[in-house]
Amino acid sequence: MLSVPPDRRCALIAGLRTPFARSGTVFRDVPATALARAAAKELLYRAELDGREVDQVIFGQVISSVLAPNVAREVSLLPQFPRTIPAYSLNRACASSAQAVADAHDQIIQGNADVILAGGVESLSDVPILHSNGMRRILMDASKAKTLGQRLATFARIRPRDLIPITPAIAEPSTGETMGQSAEKMAKENGITRLAQDECALRSHQRAAAATANGKLTAEIAPWFGGRGMDEILHSDNGIRTDTSIEKLSALKPVFDRRYGTVTAGNSSPLTDGASAVILMASAKARSLGYTPLAYVRSYAVAAVDPGWQLLMAPAVAVPLALKRAGLAWKDIGVLEIHEAFASQVLSNEQAWGSKKWADFFGLPAPTGEVNWDITNVNGGSIAIGHPFGATGTRIITQLANEMNRRDVQFGMLSICAQGGMGFAMILERI
Amino acid sequence: MSAVTTVNADGVAVVILDVTGQPVNTLSAGVQREFGELLPRLAADPTVRAVVLISGKADNFIAGADIEEFTRLTSAEEGAALSRGGQEMVQRLQDFPKPVVAAIHGACLGGGLELSLACTWRVISDHPKTQLGLPEIQLGILPGAGGCERLPRHIGLRAALDIILAGKSERAPKAFKLGMADELVHPAILRDVAIATARRLADRVPLRAPRPAGVLAWFLDRTKWGRALVFRGARSQVLKKTGGNYPAPLRAIEVIRTGYDQGLAAGFAAEHQAFGDLAVTDVSRNLVRLFFADTALKKDDFGTAGIRPREIRRLGVIGSGFMGAGIAGTAVSNAAVEVRLKDADLARVGKGLRTATGLLDERLKRRRITQPEYQRLTALLSGAEDWRGFRHVDLVIEAVFEDLTVKRQVLKEVESAAPDAVFATNTSTIPIGDIAAEAARPERVIGMHFFSPVDKMPLLEVIPSARTGPEAIATAVAFGRRMGKKVVVVKDRPGFWVNRILTPYLNEAGRLLEEGARIQDIDAVMTKFGFPVGPVALIDEVGIDVAQKAGKVMHAAFGERLEPSEVVGTMIADKRMGKKNGRGFYVYHQGHKTGPDESVYDLIGVHPSAKYADDLQRRLICAMLNEAALAFADGVVRSPRDGDLASVYGIGFPPFRGGPLRLIDSWGAAKLVEMLSDLASHIGPRFTPAPALVEMAKSGKTYY
Repeated sequence: MLSVPPDRRCALIAGLRTPFARSGTVFRDVPATALARAAAKELLYRAELDGREVDQVIFGQVISSVLAPNVAREVSLLPQFPRTIPAYSLNRACASSAQAVADAHDQIIQGNADVILAGGVESLSDVPILHSNGMRRILMDASKAKTLGQRLATFARIRPRDLIPITPAIAEPSTGETMGQSAEKMAKENGITRLAQDECALRSHQRAAAATANGKLTAEIAPWFGGRGMDEILHSDNGIRTDTSIEKLSALKPVFDRRYGTVTAGNSSPLTDGASAVILMASAKARSLGYTPLAYVRSYAVAAVDPGWQLLMAPAVAVPLALKRAGLAWKDIGVLEIHEAFASQVLSNEQAWGSKKWADFFGLPAPTGEVNWDITNVNGGSIAIGHPFGATGTRIITQLANEMNRRDVQFGMLSICAQGGMGFAMILERI
Repeated sequence: MSAVTTVNADGVAVVILDVTGQPVNTLSAGVQREFGELLPRLAADPTVRAVVLISGKADNFIAGADIEEFTRLTSAEEGAALSRGGQEMVQRLQDFPKPVVAAIHGACLGGGLELSLACTWRVISDHPKTQLGLPEIQLGILPGAGGCERLPRHIGLRAALDIILAGKSERAPKAFKLGMADELVHPAILRDVAIATARRLADRVPLRAPRPAGVLAWFLDRTKWGRALVFRGARSQVLKKTGGNYPAPLRAIEVIRTGYDQGLAAGFAAEHQAFGDLAVTDVSRNLVRLFFADTALKKDDFGTAGIRPREIRRLGVIGSGFMGAGIAGTAVSNAAVEVRLKDADLARVGKGLRTATGLLDERLKRRRITQPEYQRLTALLSGAEDWRGFRHVDLVIEAVFEDLTVKRQVLKEVESAAPDAVFATNTSTIPIGDIAAEAARPERVIGMHFFSPVDKMPLLEVIPSARTGPEAIATAVAFGRRMGKKVVVVKDRPGFWVNRILTPYLNEAGRLLEEGARIQDIDAVMTKFGFPVGPVALIDEVGIDVAQKAGKVMHAAFGERLEPSEVVGTMIADKRMGKKNGRGFYVYHQGHKTGPDESVYDLIGVHPSAKYADDLQRRLICAMLNEAALAFADGVVRSPRDGDLASVYGIGFPPFRGGPLRLIDSWGAAKLVEMLSDLASHIGPRFTPAPALVEMAKSGKTYY
């Protein structure tokens, strides 16, 4: 277990996010940078933190904008900050903002920073769409042309097929398999039924709807001033279905294998736009500024598996590793947050943590533990709330820390599966 | 000490102008003399092949003539001589046998620009501080050192009229585009480029072919018929804008026309003649006095010498209505502070944020700010429906409903949410002392009375209560100035200054309506007097309900003299709120007034006629002047200067009349007392002359 001087523990002070909105809805015309800035700015105000106290800004983003590739710097150039705060952006796929917190943790415990704003953002309404290779070559040649004649000659080379743009797909570059196909494969290989997946999705929606209604989730959301008059206020996530049921979910057609498949739009997380952020401080700094931390980062772990195998299975490795690094056992965990990319992935991970067969497969001495759904994803997960890739990590960390405080438990854990066969786990502790 | 030093840079004489003991360079008689002596020396010096003219000041080239010198002129002849002297100096530069390059960074105004236009070449720096213009018209005079002739010949007749007649200044890129300068360069290389250019000119390297002008420009600038068209258009535009109250722009048109029709020499003669005539007019005298008054006002510490104003990084604004949003937007736009806007619900906050952002949208559209600046400024705005984000607010300005209980409640909440903040209340009628009565920290409570629309109206009345501390005063004054406002500190008396003198004036307009005067007649006499809008239109602008409320407060405070007319109540009963609900004394179409609403007469039960036409102006202005005398005697403003500037900036009192107190001086208190006594006996006792006026009439004392 890592030994950290008591003054340099990494304290989580506060977290906030924008509402998560299904792509192409309210944030259709909002660039990712604007979402990230909105979350970070309102977080500063709500935490009553003076921007001059912040030493670094770290943001995660998976599909970054060609025009503003370092979104963290755009955040740290908010006028609420001095212009001299360094910032970087990172990409650990769906665990990006969790990784931003992990990086911040490392910086803080090593004494390289006292206060870090970490977060993540994704806009799947604002993705770059590329020209075809042929078109790109023509455009580059045209920019080098010296005369009008040369330029026209270059443009005359355009053929209809050159005009077809390339849109980014959520597919593994190494295997060509889309995320959904992987989820489908995992459902089949691990024997996850359609009903189990739909029940998982239903629970996510029902719990998120309840947590929205009772204000637990909305307390973590900076309302969005939308519409032309800025008076259409979005207080909560717009993907949560208050009226869904097993009947409705089971009526949906599978997407990735229309004939024998079980993965549907209903039991997968939707394409989502949104941003989230947290403030982290060295424990001594938090004390001197008068903050009571929500929680401290106790440990984290990242693992990876062969993406050609079961793409979303790495949490099965990351979670026991994080527990080991924390010096804790599964039973010590009072609140658990599992990122729900697909219900089939959640249930596969659950299976992998719980069985002797899987423990043997991964070379673990014993199964990691059985998921207790009474303490897991108690306020809903990504299937209902939505999953703006880069923003999900800090969304989960904030949700976890607040629930730990409500339930007055000492330890909480989160698990995130990520593209590229990666898995991320982090353990928070109170006091 | 010499204002001009010369360095020889390998054959190029760099003449550095730096008037000692002054923040900016002005072309005083002394500087002109020095210049006059320098030129022949440089002409004769064989080591000098060319000259560069540059300023030694950080961000100023030449701000213009020395305006102090104007005030000492006693006759038109002296004025003409002063102008002729300037023309001759500039002409000597024009006739200088070697190339002269002006290297311009910072303000290049009036005589500074006239001098530059006589140089061979002008290089200007691409910097926001660099502005070129001829502001003379704003002082009731005209460019008197050849500017009326040279500018049109450099940039074309229409563009020159545009600048001269409005007294405009252009920022560097626009000035370059118009042709006021020949080169636009980064400030860091200004001097080097100027020297290199001077050397090339000396070597007779051709620099640039003149830009070809279009056929239309050729017709309008180069033909007699075209010019006649341009002059006629300019004249009618000037008359429309000034109502014929300002002679200078009309004279300027005549001077420019003379230069074109009868040749340059005749143009110069007409110019110095006109300059002399204009310099001694009352209009110019008053405008020059206002200029000095304004300069002094900017520096006034209002008795807080040695007290440091608090540094404002974050401003809280309570109430996101039109006023609150206007304050928020103006603060962001002009002072670049963080603004936290609070209202009872988020939809209202959002609307307020939208309105505030609208001010920035407008600046972006007019290219006053760039897209990145726009992004940065809009990000300063945020809002909430609770007090989160208020802990570190340095100043709170509340603009909630005009109600004592509500305002006290807001103050109480702010005192706990923002324990360190100065609390400013934007009230127009409620005494600050009353709002602060229950305050935990009354020394931090102050009034900041903005005028609507906040972004456009220049005045801010700052009102300390008897218990307000000096730090709060200094903070409110300093921040008001950062917001771009003209700040006047006034006494905590009902109505302060502006609404005090406005009340009897607006009441009188109501009375005249009751008596059967026509809406358009009442407004016309006052716009003719020089006000931007008449009193009836003004009531519509501010809102009839607002006027009613203020009228009641003033009546309660000052009694019978300020009893409101019944017209306002009648209008409210008919749900007429003025411009804001599109129903008032005027008819509104999509927010723009189209004409008087004839149905108003039936509503108030009169048959309008023009029979009051002669009396209208006298009754209206006398009501205002009498109240100004009363308020001044009451100590509402600290000096006649403050009262006059507040009237000009707050209600658009005609600047060429110098302000109400200046106007009393020009008319003479005796004459005003006579008029008031006459009105008091014929119209009503509310016109009873102010005791101070009666006393002044007797003693012959004046305000200034």
